[in-house]
Amino acid sequence: MASVFEYAPAPESRSVVDIAPSYGLFIDGEFTEAADGKVFKTVSPSTEEVLSEVAQAGSEDVDRAVKAARRAFEKWSALPGSERAKYLFRIARIIQERSRELAVLETLDNGKPIKETRDADLPLVAAHFFYYAGWADKLEHAGYGAAPRPLGVAGQVIPWNFPLLMLAWKIAPALATGNTVVLKPAETTPLSALFFADICRQAGLPKGVVNILPGYGDAGAALVAHPDVNKVAFTGSTAVGKEIARTVAGTRKKLTLELGGKGANIVFDDAPIDQAVEGIVTGIFFNQGQVCCAGSRLLVQESIQDELLDSLKRRLSTLRLGDPLDKNTDIGAINSAEQLARITSLVEQGSAEGAERWSPECELPSSGYWFAPTLFTNVTQAHTIARDEIFGPVLSVLTFRTPDEAVAKANNTQYGLSAGIWTEKGSRILAVANKLRAGVVWSNTFNKFDPTSPFGGYKESGFGREGGRHGLEAYLDV
Amino acid sequence: MSERLSVFKTYKLYVGGKFPRSESGRVYEVTDSKGKWLANAPRSSRKDARDAVVAARKAFGGWSGATAYNRGQVLYRVAEMLEGRRAQFVQEVADAEGLSKSKAAEQVEATIDRWVWYAGWTDKIAQVVGGGNPVAGPYFNLSSPEPTGVVAVLAPQESSFLGLVSVLAPVIATGNTAVVVASERSPLPALSLGEVLATSDVPGGVVNVLSGGTAELATPLASHQDVNAIDLAGADEVLAKELEIAAADNLKRVLRPQPVDNWTAAPGTDRLTAFLETKTVWHPTGSLGAGGSSY
Repeated sequence: MASVFEYAPAPESRSVVDIAPSYGLFIDGEFTEAADGKVFKTVSPSTEEVLSEVAQAGSEDVDRAVKAARRAFEKWSALPGSERAKYLFRIARIIQERSRELAVLETLDNGKPIKETRDADLPLVAAHFFYYAGWADKLEHAGYGAAPRPLGVAGQVIPWNFPLLMLAWKIAPALATGNTVVLKPAETTPLSALFFADICRQAGLPKGVVNILPGYGDAGAALVAHPDVNKVAFTGSTAVGKEIARTVAGTRKKLTLELGGKGANIVFDDAPIDQAVEGIVTGIFFNQGQVCCAGSRLLVQESIQDELLDSLKRRLSTLRLGDPLDKNTDIGAINSAEQLARITSLVEQGSAEGAERWSPECELPSSGYWFAPTLFTNVTQAHTIARDEIFGPVLSVLTFRTPDEAVAKANNTQYGLSAGIWTEKGSRILAVANKLRAGVVWSNTFNKFDPTSPFGGYKESGFGREGGRHGLEAYLDV
Repeated sequence: MSERLSVFKTYKLYVGGKFPRSESGRVYEVTDSKGKWLANAPRSSRKDARDAVVAARKAFGGWSGATAYNRGQVLYRVAEMLEGRRAQFVQEVADAEGLSKSKAAEQVEATIDRWVWYAGWTDKIAQVVGGGNPVAGPYFNLSSPEPTGVVAVLAPQESSFLGLVSVLAPVIATGNTAVVVASERSPLPALSLGEVLATSDVPGGVVNVLSGGTAELATPLASHQDVNAIDLAGADEVLAKELEIAAADNLKRVLRPQPVDNWTAAPGTDRLTAFLETKTVWHPTGSLGAGGSSY
């Protein structure tokens, strides 16, 4: 892309990771073919290169994996918490040791910049296991009764935007509390979960405690509906989340859902503009905007709209889009052709409905799935791009005059996952944060995550929390 | 001298702080456990249910925004008013559940004590379930519980008063507002509770009480897009499943029916936390060094 600064390429080496030509399902401690022999290919979204061929789980495999998890549950849940803790500490350490390999792998399979997998995803993954490892022998102090019990077998379905981090958010608390798991990674990003299976092997984790089933939506649906699953945890779209809620209705399965969002990032007229611009960029262009808690609606106070947008556009012109393995890359590839089509269609709808589209001058690579950073002005609350989750690098800009109007607009959505507030006035931060119907409020910062910090939504962004002491509840019989 | 003829009470709904009849004009006969006529209770319609949701939504901002101390005082006032009407509730519970006067009195006393217990929770639950999180970075990070919003409550069918209060009080103690569907067969204690709430400084709309067919009222409540959560205590297994499916349309928080043998047992905090959200707020802690603020 055209840039103020020209940089020489600085690619991270691929040689740190060894991807096998094919992978099986990980059931009961063994890699195995799918019962019906089906396989699918996983490609690198930045080049469309086939990375590997992966066994595709079907309902028979789901049943096999659930049985293995059930068999493993009795011993695993009976282990002293201090022993379970040590397994999880081992896993955390091995992840740290192999973090560069996993970062490169994740960047290859997902398309996100190495800067992010290396500096955000992987450190958070290791930290998450380390955090929940320490809970395993302290559960009686967590506020869930004197002897909280695990639920049993957890069926977990995760998305493609943070493959290994979402795995960590699901598996770490489940294992710490004494459950066993069957996890289905997304069909476009199965590899890091399969590498995690190898980490379980290195850690000596008893067989059947963790089972990994790469596959499509049908495998996820079979897992969620399996009668011997006691707990369902899902991160993904609101539409699928609702379907899962209907599936588990009338059963005793415990359910937690972490779904879509349309986060408002509110900038008041006294905000430090440069910091706010950085926060807006982090809010919507981190991971190409493929983030459920993205700050996809910018609410800017009318009096500073021009100044802020000028700064923002200038900043967007310096973002570097391209090879995700390049250490200078800010914007990587969109995860799949399907997702690219969805983003493209919503953006076309934005223009058709009368919003004004702008992108920096930006050359897109000739192969792979790419979308230039985009912002829309002249957006009203009725516009599709102000209501629907785009899950891409697309920012809708709306304005407001008073704090009340900002709050009303921020809350005018079916979702309630995240929000941002930018102002130098402390009392305004607290007053606005108090009124926002969102599970995470970032003030004078955005898209910060930590294993100790509970994460999850209000309204149709789902229910239950992941992270922190709160995150234990989802996996305990309370 | 002839015996004085008593004055009957017309039992009415309690919606938005007022006592309307059902807009449908329907009533149904309520009898005691031996089949003797007690009263004609309103048979609410789906329109009544929708009106109750509107009232509950309107009351939510004020009630959830009130200080926890204020909510505690108001709820304690409810217990005071209940105590004053003790004899009336003993009679109603005895009739409704076929209990002796002394057994009914035990139920009513336990109910009043439960109000007091929950009244004391309003300004404590946030400290028990919320708190600061030690994140690995220069950030202040605080998690606080907040009420989910409008909660539809299907009161238990058998325990007409203690069961009712055991499911209602925790919902409003945490700042939610409620639409309560009374026990279908024994709605009178619930309708009389409305009269107590109206004289206890509980703002109109915070609690709305409907009587009538549980299934008829629960179905529109479970599918209502402006209801945030539903407590299925008063639904049987078949109805509960239907309602849970309907509730998925806007991802209501669902509390499934749980077998309760003995409503007098200590309830714990589960019903308080069932209708709470957790909000986590981040802010940079900055730096006092020469570099100034670090965000």
